[in-house]
Amino acid sequence: MSKFWRADLLIQASYFVTAVLFIMGLKRMSSPVTARSGILWAGAGMLVATLVTFLYPGMTNFPLIIAAIVVGTGLAWWSGKRVAMTDIPQMIALYNGMGGGAAAAIAAVELYRGEAQSVPISTLAVVGGIIGAVSFSGSAIAFAKLQGLIHGSLRFGGQKFLTLIVLLGALALGALAASQFNASPAVITGIFALALVLGVSMTLPIGGADMPVVISLYNALTGLAVAFEGFVLNNAAMIIAGTVVGSAGTLLTQLMAKAMNRSLGNVLFSGFGDTAAAASAEGVQGSLKPIDAADVGVMMAFAQKVIIVPGYGMAVAQAQHKIWELCQLLIDRGVMVKFAIHPVAGRMPGHMNVLLAEAGVPYDLIADLEEINSEFDTADVALIIGANDVVNPVARTDKSSPIYGMPILNADKAKNVIVIKRGKGTGFSGIENGLFYLDNTRMLYGDAQKAAAELIAAIKAVG
Amino acid sequence: MTGIIALYIFMLAAFTGYEVIARVPVILHTPLMSGSNFVHGIVLVGAMVALGQAHTPLEKAIGFIGVLLASGNAVGGYVVTERMLEMFKASGTRAKPNAKGATG
Repeated sequence: MSKFWRADLLIQASYFVTAVLFIMGLKRMSSPVTARSGILWAGAGMLVATLVTFLYPGMTNFPLIIAAIVVGTGLAWWSGKRVAMTDIPQMIALYNGMGGGAAAAIAAVELYRGEAQSVPISTLAVVGGIIGAVSFSGSAIAFAKLQGLIHGSLRFGGQKFLTLIVLLGALALGALAASQFNASPAVITGIFALALVLGVSMTLPIGGADMPVVISLYNALTGLAVAFEGFVLNNAAMIIAGTVVGSAGTLLTQLMAKAMNRSLGNVLFSGFGDTAAAASAEGVQGSLKPIDAADVGVMMAFAQKVIIVPGYGMAVAQAQHKIWELCQLLIDRGVMVKFAIHPVAGRMPGHMNVLLAEAGVPYDLIADLEEINSEFDTADVALIIGANDVVNPVARTDKSSPIYGMPILNADKAKNVIVIKRGKGTGFSGIENGLFYLDNTRMLYGDAQKAAAELIAAIKAVG
Repeated sequence: MTGIIALYIFMLAAFTGYEVIARVPVILHTPLMSGSNFVHGIVLVGAMVALGQAHTPLEKAIGFIGVLLASGNAVGGYVVTERMLEMFKASGTRAKPNAKGATG
């Protein structure tokens, strides 16, 4: 057995182990009990695959490879460790875009080398490269939007037409490059330039509220691009991991879009998110009734069951720690406390759970929409904090409302509804909230963190 | 790897990805997206091979950027996923055990 053969066998065996570790890791990550170990398993798989790749036959440029890994690892480690939990969604977008860019880079190197063996292989290289480049620039725009570097959504007449032209141009150049094994560098450069423009022009018109779906979509696309480049390099680990992420990411994207009552086509080709403001307050009757923190404290202290409905506003005010302190006081008094999380409560489905977990809230106190909605009937108090559209009963009744049909938390069914709110304005979508005007609703005005501190004092005063 | 075998692998891996995720609760959507984001960081091995076999300065430059981006994907994805999942704890394992069992 030659030395070449032994190295190849070791590499193939290691990639096999990596694929197993990835799949089992993802499986473990889909349950809260085993999730932590899941990422460790997947991490071990990545380490094995990376180390063994240094033995790949015919490899040169080792100083360059090591330098690139050291710089990339350093930057990512540093940024990943210090990012605040509220900013996690845009960091996922950023890291995902880097993966897409890497897939595009592989395609570019292979195409410039002009050594693709057959039309199917060069086609896969081109398609994977285009998808990777779109994911790269699109994710960069998504990052910039969520980070607040780009405000609003850029839209102009004929934009969809322009995007379509760019797409067709990239595909035409791609077909040219794929059909001749040794395409001119200008053609190859043109493919990637157009693909990068395509990612930007696809993402710019999409509103901030829809960004999670877009990030999830680009995550799936990067997976697909990685799988395609895996075929080009004849690398089983890339094919399997990329395909698994591609299909899992597609499912996740659909779940998120469904939770937000949006179809994927709607997200990509219409443009809600920040244009809906004109909705009227028709059908909303009654008045806003304020209440003092002291009264709310007494109400909650003597309640049997309290359901907290947190929204992104709570996280922005960094009130989750105070809210958890408040809940612990109530639990000590024997009150049953639960958190009701709408799928879009945070910046992306599941984001609010991460923010609550950071504050120390155990996950078994946290219930999602389907679990909790039947329980509002038996709740004495529903405490809405920083949430708005996700508890708006208008979504059930008013067909003209932009959020009509969106699944909502039935907070209005609780005996008492307390809304902690900064002022009298409308929410993220600009839609008037019918819940605030109901007979059983009281408004506690003020900053979420300050209001929570006042409630804690009030409950302690009850003794 | 012949084309038809590759196609089978693609098909089976696609079903695997779908099935593995199908029963995930909403509370884990964000960590899982981050975790799957980490998994496609495997693009690092491909980028290493591409750079390892690059000859011209242009190929080397693109290959270098590829490896740099890929290691950012893998390491960044790992760090944020691990940070998120580390915080998920059940009532029994809380730091301040004062729940008195009165929880749902």
